[in-house]
Amino acid sequence: MLLASFRGVILTSRIATFVLLTTCLLHAEEVVNVYSARHYDTDDSIYDEFTAKTGIKVNLNSASSDALIERLQREGKRSPADVFITVDAGRLFQAEQKDIFQPIKSATLEKQIPANLRHPDGLWFGLTKRARIILRSKDRTKKGEIKTYEDLANPKWKGKVLIRGSSNVYNQSLVGSIIEAQGKSGAEAWCKGVVANMARPPQGGDRDQIKGVAAGEGDVAVANSYYFARMLSGTPEEREAASKVEVVFPNQENRGTHVNLSGVGVVKAAPNKANAIKFIEFLASDRAQEVFAKGNNEYPVAPSAQTIPVLKEFGEFKEDKVNAAKFGNNNTEAIRMMDRAGWR
Amino acid sequence: MSKPTQPLRSACTVILCVLIAGLVAVPLLQIISSVGQSSDGTWQHLQETVLPGYLWNTLVLALSVGLLTTIIGVGTAWLVTSCRFPGSGILEWALLLPLAIPSYLLAYAATDVLQFSGPVQTLLRNTFDWSRADYWFPNARSLPGASVILSVNLYPYVYLASRAAFLEQSACVREMSRTLGLGSWQSFFRVSLPMARPSIFIGLSLVIMETLSEFGAVDYCAVDTLATGIYRTWTSRGSLIAASQLSLCLLGAVAFLIAFESVSRASLRFHSSDESNRVAACIPLSLFRGLAASLFCWLPIVAGFLLPTLIFTHKTWVNGDQRAVEMLADLGTHSLILATIAAALAVGLGVHVAHARRTHPTMLVKMAARISGLGYAIPGGVIAMGVLGAILHAENGLNDAFEFLFSWSPGFFFSGSILALLFAYQTRFLAVSLGVIQAGLTRVSPDLDAVSRTLGKSGIKILTQVHLPILKRTLLCAFMLVFVDVLKELPATLILRPFNFETLAVRIYQLASDERLDEASTAAIAIIATGIIPVIVLSKLMSRGNSPKSHRHDPTTANPPPLPSNHD
Repeated sequence: MLLASFRGVILTSRIATFVLLTTCLLHAEEVVNVYSARHYDTDDSIYDEFTAKTGIKVNLNSASSDALIERLQREGKRSPADVFITVDAGRLFQAEQKDIFQPIKSATLEKQIPANLRHPDGLWFGLTKRARIILRSKDRTKKGEIKTYEDLANPKWKGKVLIRGSSNVYNQSLVGSIIEAQGKSGAEAWCKGVVANMARPPQGGDRDQIKGVAAGEGDVAVANSYYFARMLSGTPEEREAASKVEVVFPNQENRGTHVNLSGVGVVKAAPNKANAIKFIEFLASDRAQEVFAKGNNEYPVAPSAQTIPVLKEFGEFKEDKVNAAKFGNNNTEAIRMMDRAGWR
Repeated sequence: MSKPTQPLRSACTVILCVLIAGLVAVPLLQIISSVGQSSDGTWQHLQETVLPGYLWNTLVLALSVGLLTTIIGVGTAWLVTSCRFPGSGILEWALLLPLAIPSYLLAYAATDVLQFSGPVQTLLRNTFDWSRADYWFPNARSLPGASVILSVNLYPYVYLASRAAFLEQSACVREMSRTLGLGSWQSFFRVSLPMARPSIFIGLSLVIMETLSEFGAVDYCAVDTLATGIYRTWTSRGSLIAASQLSLCLLGAVAFLIAFESVSRASLRFHSSDESNRVAACIPLSLFRGLAASLFCWLPIVAGFLLPTLIFTHKTWVNGDQRAVEMLADLGTHSLILATIAAALAVGLGVHVAHARRTHPTMLVKMAARISGLGYAIPGGVIAMGVLGAILHAENGLNDAFEFLFSWSPGFFFSGSILALLFAYQTRFLAVSLGVIQAGLTRVSPDLDAVSRTLGKSGIKILTQVHLPILKRTLLCAFMLVFVDVLKELPATLILRPFNFETLAVRIYQLASDERLDEASTAAIAIIATGIIPVIVLSKLMSRGNSPKSHRHDPTTANPPPLPSNHD
């Protein structure tokens, strides 16, 4: 016991020193505290550039969106966070609903980011876009054979559809957008149709679905655009798999392809609000947009920023312009619907 | 300085014990308080749709992992302890290696390599010119797949516990049973196994608790259990209340398990006393049997350690994470510091609670000891949220008070510091150290306490001068187990860590959550390499106990057999 308590005293003093030191460091200089659910290495290089340019240090804490939202909510008015970055519009909507953001007026941001990709009151701003595309087998399907998300529920594709589980937020948002387009009963029927067409119970990530089509496990897959773009520049095996499938942008003749966002907002309690705005304005600049987009093969939100070559090759496409807040709002309904349809 | 009186000291011991249990219970309170709260129809929706499936999968998974780990763990422990065959010396420690591999990594590697589009099946299809309908291949992403993956990952807990028990069974018991006409198999099933049962059960209960709370591996295997359901209910269905109510199901299962275990432990008292502590002679196996035994022991090591390590090494080699190499020193240091402090704390707290339970076996203390062990069965993410909620609640209250009194508040200082992390680790892993220490302490004869007391030693002196020296190896064992667990821990580390503070596990998460297994493998190798150190220490500890010298007979600890090594 003595030994243990002695050890305890030493440990406690060490920890206390560490805590004091970090607290001092946090207060000594100009900082912006970022909670981020994006964790791409290129993001860090952009943050470093920001620090080099402005002298403002970026303190980063990255975790899953849901945990960060929960944490921000519980921290409330004393949250140390200035900026919250997350992926998926549904989460942006959730954060908005939980009163985590404060409205920001910035001419720079309004100029850089199109109106449909930011919150009307400036609660959050889109950073990058990704499309939820269909990949079809070049060997076993013909061009134009599958054209819409609705086709995925057509009995013609029985045993041919590869799509991941319903816990995945990208699928939830997709169903949310289908509720918006088809109404609740239409979307419920769609979910049941897709489940009936599945080549196997949903498993793995987006890339596993694409690889599944390439290997012949199914004929069509649903995945985010950047996963496919990444496979094109991946290992030899990945490149080979990618060469066997072709990109289909769904619903080009009607509402357009479902597009999702990663986005950012200033936290309501932000202790360094001015720095937070500078930080977000920097992220929206053409330079940062290009690096951001390139790092993860995404589409920049700033129209003036260059789209990377691999995405340009996919071609221009029509986006579903439904407001992200709308399908975000459908999230809970979407999940219950998928549960009822037996979409695991 | 006047010495505190005996009753005062007792009261302190009990209060501290209750305090520790209270701290551990804080995050659990959130779960318990969810009973009767409205979850906005989520609970009803769960009942109507997915809950039966969750319960069934959880039950089947827990039972099959329990059964498999028992067969592997007890079987291998028996073979390496009582038989001699080619490689049995290496196997003694190699059987612990899978402990160093985080279960989520094992599952990720296995599902990636074994899936339809993975290298194994692709090779088969190309070689034999098969298409999808032409062959059957076991699917790693299934309930049986998850059972096997978790079993080869978790069996070392059972191995560790049963080997310790087998080592302590003296030669006499076994020789006696042989003399009475039992064959070696019969002697195993009718004598050794029943005698080792309480120990095996301790290992098994850790395995089952870990299975119940496992999220990552089960999720990769596409199996929906209560644990994955809890996450989904919280994150996707947006109801932390319904998630807590689901967690309560897990708590119920654990309470049942603990009750069962205490009944099982009670039977320890019936074991006969040993007059001799000679180590039983190893039975040499014939060539054929030796090879079979060797194969049986190597299989789980190959599946649970060698193959995944090979896969990660290959992936690192081909397409590694340059940045992780640059950050390795930082990440590794953070991981090591956290694991060391957390493990030391867990051992310290575990010793206190276990000792209090022995010296003051009142209802209150027993309850406290049981509550202290509950957190292990709750998914880490839920514990993390409970810890975060509790800390922020307290800090907000404190800040409000400061603002009211001095119109100034210090802000948050505990949340977002390492202390919050350490707190979370205790709530989750105290069960491990407590379980090991309690088991060790039960093996120390109560006669020793009586003798010490006769010699005028007080409670604390008995602990420091008698129990702790005897339990030295047990404590180290508890330390190492918690150390490895903390090293691998993810959800609490992720959400509670300070700004700019990354660990190896966090780095793996960041890459793996983005489907970058190749890059994640670099940090994976680092975590495995770090985890091997304590595993090797553990095995050294065990094999040292095997040397006949340490089994010298000591008349003060005649019943039950003493822990080996303490008399050198």
